[in-house]
Amino acid sequence: MSTATALGKGGAPRAGRREVRLWTCACVLAVVLAAVLLVPLLHPLDEQAVDMANKLHAPSAAHPFGTDDVGRDVLLRCVYGLRVSLLVGVVAALTATVIGTAVGAAAGAAGGRTDRMVMRVVDVFSSVPHLLLGIFIVAMFRPGVWPVVVSVGLTHWLSTARIVRAEVLSLRSRDFVDAAVSGGASRLRVAVRHLLPGVLPQAGLAAVLMVPHAIWHESALSFLGLGLPTHRASLGNMIQDARGTLLAGDWWPTLFPGLFLIVPTLAIAGLAGVWRERINPRRRSELML
Amino acid sequence: MTPPRTRHTGPAGGAGPHALELRDITAGYDRRAPVLRGVSLSLREGEAVGLLGPSGCGKSTLAKVAALLHRPDAGTVHLGGEPARGFRHRAPRAQRTAVGVVFQSPRLAADPRLTLSALIAEPLLATGRKAGAADRTRELARAVGLGPDLLGRRPHEVSDGQLQRACVARALALRPRVLVCDEMTAMLDASTTAALVAVVEDYRARSGAALLAVGHDRTLLERWCDRTVELHGGGTDSALRSAPRAAAGTSAG
Repeated sequence: MSTATALGKGGAPRAGRREVRLWTCACVLAVVLAAVLLVPLLHPLDEQAVDMANKLHAPSAAHPFGTDDVGRDVLLRCVYGLRVSLLVGVVAALTATVIGTAVGAAAGAAGGRTDRMVMRVVDVFSSVPHLLLGIFIVAMFRPGVWPVVVSVGLTHWLSTARIVRAEVLSLRSRDFVDAAVSGGASRLRVAVRHLLPGVLPQAGLAAVLMVPHAIWHESALSFLGLGLPTHRASLGNMIQDARGTLLAGDWWPTLFPGLFLIVPTLAIAGLAGVWRERINPRRRSELML
Repeated sequence: MTPPRTRHTGPAGGAGPHALELRDITAGYDRRAPVLRGVSLSLREGEAVGLLGPSGCGKSTLAKVAALLHRPDAGTVHLGGEPARGFRHRAPRAQRTAVGVVFQSPRLAADPRLTLSALIAEPLLATGRKAGAADRTRELARAVGLGPDLLGRRPHEVSDGQLQRACVARALALRPRVLVCDEMTAMLDASTTAALVAVVEDYRARSGAALLAVGHDRTLLERWCDRTVELHGGGTDSALRSAPRAAAGTSAG
């Protein structure tokens, strides 16, 4: 009873703060999405064009984020870069989540020897650093968007598989699965009606959390010169290009792409955090605590 | 508030096959250290047996074996004279559904995503009885005392007692020949306990189903069941109802 009142007291301000966080993140993401979708319509970008007369201008009214070492507008390239990054991030995260959920659910539902074998394979893949494996995959293709998507997608399903398997294992031993078996439900019905809906919130959360991660991986690959073609406006490429100018004291070609990388990923992670909190209290009540 | 006494006449009949027969069951979760060793227990048609014992003695494991939900390491289970042909999904659907199970915690035994009416209807839908499922669900809900306003709610929106009523309705949905109630009333107040025991007894009086009631509550099980069986650390001591009752009285006084 004392816990109930303690929760009641702490509940209101915590819920308020959560609201603020939710709306801040949602607004940032809405602005980002609007910019990414609308700016290319209003302002086409010639990715090959250079303007040597205007190179390395500091931020000004004409170029709010300044220009880079070949005179390209940093703001416009940031928006285009984020567009590519979001595309890669979302598609790669979805790919990884679908693979991870399928593998994890199959392993958890099958149990026994199948489960052990599948999870050992997952362990082996996990023991190789993501980036190394990603580089290996990217190196097999010509530079482009899709090799990066494939590389990030194929290296990031492992954690999702683990999460989903653990969730399936914990659900599988619950009494309501026993009740379903006793009520005549087939294996497929137990999986589709009782197990899958239980793991979907976790898998969805993993997918959303994966988006920033995938974006960072895309940038890292581009930064290493293995991701997107170098003329492509991508955040990783821009930070890579700006390395030389940073040492000369020109901070804007590095800072702004960096912020474009950090702010949207924090917003996505913030939304995922709110989502996670929404999942958890409900789970608490399910476990009747 | 004590539960009503059983209405049917008890095990006097004695003829006919056993509704449920467990022979030499050795079961547990680690083959090297089984919880149950060579336990035998049988229920005649229409008989109500109470299974008593301390925590961890294997009561619930035995209940799961009886419901074909846990494969024993050794021993056989017979239902209505027929040997069980497997456990869990390996058991034929007809055998699995011949035993209705009610668990101790309705919170854990109810899928949190289903409404109470979907929960009650689940065995009907899982066995392809879609036609008439809605009517049967309402009938079952009425039988366990759940109003129509509660049927649209989800488990977290109802009390333990209301949820356990839905779980009892679910267990009765396929008209099982044997009911296994594993600490069904452990989390409930006295009046809900009385109501649910009445529901189970009403069903048994009409259907002639046997009952295996597992629990800690000696007073309840001795009033409810035709006989009680004590389980401690691996074997069963079958005893007449009066004997353990007297023993309990002397040790208490």
